[in-house]
Amino acid sequence: MQRSKQQPKSLWQRMWEPKDVQSIAPAKKVLTYIVLIAWTFVVLFPLYWLFITSFKLPIHVSDGPFYIPFIDFQPSLHAWEYIFVDLGSDTLRPYMNSVIIAFISTALAVFIGSMSAYALTRIEYKPKVGSIMGFIAILGLVVYLTVSIKMAWQLSLSIGGALFLMFIFAFNKHFKRSLNNNDILFWIISQRIMPPVVSVLPIYIMFQQSGLLDTHFALIVTYMAVNLPIAVWLMRDFFARIPVDLEESAMLDGASRMRVFLTIFMPLAKPGLAATTMLILILSWNEYLLALFLSTADAQTMPLMVAAQNATRGPQWWYMSVLIVVMIIPVLIAAAFMGRLISKGQLGGAVKG
Amino acid sequence: MLAADKEVQRTRAPKRKVDFRQWLDQEAPKLLILPTVLIILGLAIYPLLLSAYLALSRFKLVRGGFELKYVGFRNFEKLISGSQQYHFVGTLGEILLWEWAIISVVISGFGYWLWRYFSGASKKKVTIIGSIGRLITVAVFSVLTILAFTVLNDTGRPGSLMVTLFYVFAGVSIQFAIALGLALLCAQNIRGKNFFRMAFFIPIMVTPVGIAYAFRMMMDMSQGPFSPVWHLLGLGDFAWAGDAWLARWVVLIGDSWQWIPFLFMVLLAAIENQPKEQIEAAQLDGASSWRVFKDITFPAIAPVAATAVLIRLIEAFKIIDLPNILTNGGPGIATESMTLHSFIAWRTQDLGGSAAVGYSLLFIAVVVCVSFFNFIGQRTAAKGA
Repeated sequence: MQRSKQQPKSLWQRMWEPKDVQSIAPAKKVLTYIVLIAWTFVVLFPLYWLFITSFKLPIHVSDGPFYIPFIDFQPSLHAWEYIFVDLGSDTLRPYMNSVIIAFISTALAVFIGSMSAYALTRIEYKPKVGSIMGFIAILGLVVYLTVSIKMAWQLSLSIGGALFLMFIFAFNKHFKRSLNNNDILFWIISQRIMPPVVSVLPIYIMFQQSGLLDTHFALIVTYMAVNLPIAVWLMRDFFARIPVDLEESAMLDGASRMRVFLTIFMPLAKPGLAATTMLILILSWNEYLLALFLSTADAQTMPLMVAAQNATRGPQWWYMSVLIVVMIIPVLIAAAFMGRLISKGQLGGAVKG
Repeated sequence: MLAADKEVQRTRAPKRKVDFRQWLDQEAPKLLILPTVLIILGLAIYPLLLSAYLALSRFKLVRGGFELKYVGFRNFEKLISGSQQYHFVGTLGEILLWEWAIISVVISGFGYWLWRYFSGASKKKVTIIGSIGRLITVAVFSVLTILAFTVLNDTGRPGSLMVTLFYVFAGVSIQFAIALGLALLCAQNIRGKNFFRMAFFIPIMVTPVGIAYAFRMMMDMSQGPFSPVWHLLGLGDFAWAGDAWLARWVVLIGDSWQWIPFLFMVLLAAIENQPKEQIEAAQLDGASSWRVFKDITFPAIAPVAATAVLIRLIEAFKIIDLPNILTNGGPGIATESMTLHSFIAWRTQDLGGSAAVGYSLLFIAVVVCVSFFNFIGQRTAAKGA
């Protein structure tokens, strides 16, 4: 009845008006698909190009663009052979280095970060302003002693530690002002603002002095420290959304805090853990600057090896394409495992203002 | 008194071995947070202080080791007004009259914002920390505005400071705009949603070094995949790497290609999490989709968007891989970011200069990020709640 009263719509109008609230107007739909497919092309084409370049002979690269294997050019496995057979262990070593360093540092950062995030959501801390000031003053003294008087760093650190303990016991009761959990959280997050190039010089010197330069340990510890703030930041928001009742009943049953954390919190926050792990894994897998400073040969990671393919004879496109393609694979596999959880909107839920 | 207390305790808890698990439970609050605090103190605060010392001294190799000589703020002087000025600040040009006009408008805008705060017109409590923070923000942004007009015109040439700010501000705005557009399109009720979502996420997984090389291939005007197009346009022999601004834009494109996915994922999740009823009601009332976006969607996603932009802002200041590999910092110093500048100084054993550049970057990054967090992030969070 109603439909007959309506004026007949022109084709133009029908194109732009949806049939009902749930659906999208046809013209709009077409435009949407055009934009999305265009962007898919933007995203995938460089990857496609890398992939086919890894099967090209040098002559296929230098003689201008060839787009489709078997039609434009005859693909060859020479680059893959060179990287995996001729170089063999020289490829495997950085690859294993990257796997060991990225996975261990990510696991540590997520675990330690979750612990602190849990503590910050459930336990109230009141650090005294006085002891923090005292600590900073004494740390400054330690730096001065080490650098300027050239005292051994072990000695200056222990002097600083002793002074700090004395300070805490002697003066702490005179300073009443204290901070709260939000201040601690902000302090932790603010560490992420610090550009790594500021702290990498002293870290380089520290590892050099202790003979740990160019080892897995140095890189694992540094990556963990750099990514810890992100882990705390993201995990805190996931934990904050877990209802308090759950742990209260567990605590009444006599479960310890550690038990509550390991058996209740961690399983409940699985989606959050997956999203956080994914992000940190990507960051440490692809890290370049810190590796550049802290590793030379033994602990060299993949990004450095890729960068090194720019030899004196000019960039070896075919070799580096192989390396880049090989580098994406483990991250893709990890993403496939965790992707479902992330795509459910957990990452967006994590970064709440 | 004390003895009596001890006596009571002893009777209450008869001789028992100190139970490790009980101790663990008692000390749990401290033990849970201690690792994080110790790691940050050891690998962030301690290096920060050491680095401060490096920034104030001159590094010299001597026989059998090295020598650090305290030189005060000489390293910073060198960067701001001395021999490294062209490298850090840039070559200063002359400011034209109309540029002065824009500068004065911008600075009076800052002044008005300050006046509103101090006169109580903004209905915020005036605190000491709030005042100092606002004064620093206004001072830094005013200086940067003047500097931008000084080095970005024909007579001047930007140094690593202005190039970094270009990467940060132009980059983050472009990335946010594109990511928001894609997220809005993807949030619609369309087929193949999951495919687009997965595909759009991939670039963030590629190592930045790899992205740099991939874009060097993409942008190769004579042998790259788009070279037929360039030849058609008569640009086959043209080299973008020789033009300062084109080279900077290429770096920016590479950076955007990698980081749009991050913003896209976060914004998409935020859009999908917003309550649907309000939008449907507005659509039934005949509101245009622009109105729906402006009045409902955007306020709802603003807090998440602000945090995502903050994360991106923090990371954007650290850019090094792309300019280092894509253009090697060139032509000249045109694409050098501050991190790359610092790295180059380190490679030439100018440790003091390197630390000074790093510290300047830290200062700018902290001012920009904290200003954004306090003056924009908080406001959108309050509105969205």
